[in-house]
Amino acid sequence: MSHDHDDHHHQDNHFSPMEARVRALETILTQKGLIDPQAIDAIVETYETKIGPRNGARVVAKAWAEPDFADWLRRDATEAIASLSYTGRQGEHMRAVFNDAQTHNLVVCTLCSCYPWSVLGLPPVWYKAPAYRSRAVIDPRGVLEEFGVTLSPDKKIRVWDSTAELRYLVIPERPAGTEGLDQAALADLVTRDAMIGTGLALAPEARP
Amino acid sequence: MSRCETPADSPGLPKSAEGDPVFAEPWQAQAFAMTVRLHEQGMFTWAEWASALSREVHRPGRADDGRDYFDCWVAALSSLVSERGVASEAEQDALSHRWERAAEATPHGKPILLENAPD
Repeated sequence: MSHDHDDHHHQDNHFSPMEARVRALETILTQKGLIDPQAIDAIVETYETKIGPRNGARVVAKAWAEPDFADWLRRDATEAIASLSYTGRQGEHMRAVFNDAQTHNLVVCTLCSCYPWSVLGLPPVWYKAPAYRSRAVIDPRGVLEEFGVTLSPDKKIRVWDSTAELRYLVIPERPAGTEGLDQAALADLVTRDAMIGTGLALAPEARP
Repeated sequence: MSRCETPADSPGLPKSAEGDPVFAEPWQAQAFAMTVRLHEQGMFTWAEWASALSREVHRPGRADDGRDYFDCWVAALSSLVSERGVASEAEQDALSHRWERAAEATPHGKPILLENAPD
C-alpha cells in the first residue's frame, strides 16, 4: 500500500481508547444488571434513522446528476467523497459499487467495526447481527426478499465484505421519472438501506 | 408542572436541525444511550449528571471547539459509575485495556468478544 498511515491500520480490528472504554462500561453495567444491551440498542435505534445517512444520499444524488462525478466516484471513491468533506476520521478507503440493469450490490460486515459512518451514520442494529452477515453471503436473494426487495431472477447479486480498511457505498439505480428533480430532491429518494443494498431508491411519488 | 430534564438536554450536546442528538461514531451513541437508561432507572438525577458533565467539560486541556465533547461525556459517566460504587476507575481501566486486546486479537469478520483477549 502506498499510504503512510503510521498508526494501527494493519490489524483487522482495533478499538480506540474511547470505544474500549464504552465497551468496558457496557460490560460492567450489564453484568451488574443495571442496563440491558437490548434496551440500549432500542434507544440508539430511535435516534439512528435521523442522524447519519444524509451525507451518503448527497453523494448518490450528485453521482446521478453529474456524470463526471459518477466517473470520479467509480475511479476513486475515497477522493471523490473527500471532495465533499465527508471523510472518515480513521482514514478508511471507500469504494462505490454501482447497481445497474444486470447487477445488484449488497454490503456486509460488520461484526467488527466496518461501516462507512462518515457517509452512512450509525449502522442499523440488524446490520451488526451475525445472522445478517452469514445469511447475506449464503442466500442474498432470500435476505433481500425479507427486506421487501424482489429482484428479477436473472439479475446478478454481488456481495461485498467490508473491512476495516475498505468500506463500500452502494450507488442505487436512479428511479424512473426523476428527470426534473434537483440534487436536493434526488437525495430525498436515497435511503440508508438503498446505500447498503438492502433497499432500492424510492420512487418520486414515495418521496418523504 | 415543569418539564423533566434528562441527559438528552445536556448543554453542548450536538443536535441536528430537528433537535435530535448527532453522533459522529457509534460509541458516542452507545455512551449517550447508556446514560439515558441509567438516568431513567434513577442511578443519578439530571442535576447530578449535569454537574459531572460540566466538571469534565471544564477540565483544563479540553478542546475549545467541543470536538472532544463525547470524551467528556464518557469521562463523566465513568466517574459517576465509580462514585456510585459500581466499579472503580481502576477496574474500568483494566477492562478497557482488555477490550482493546480483544479487538486486536479478533480476525476480521468474527465477533469481537472479551474472551478473545490474550491473557
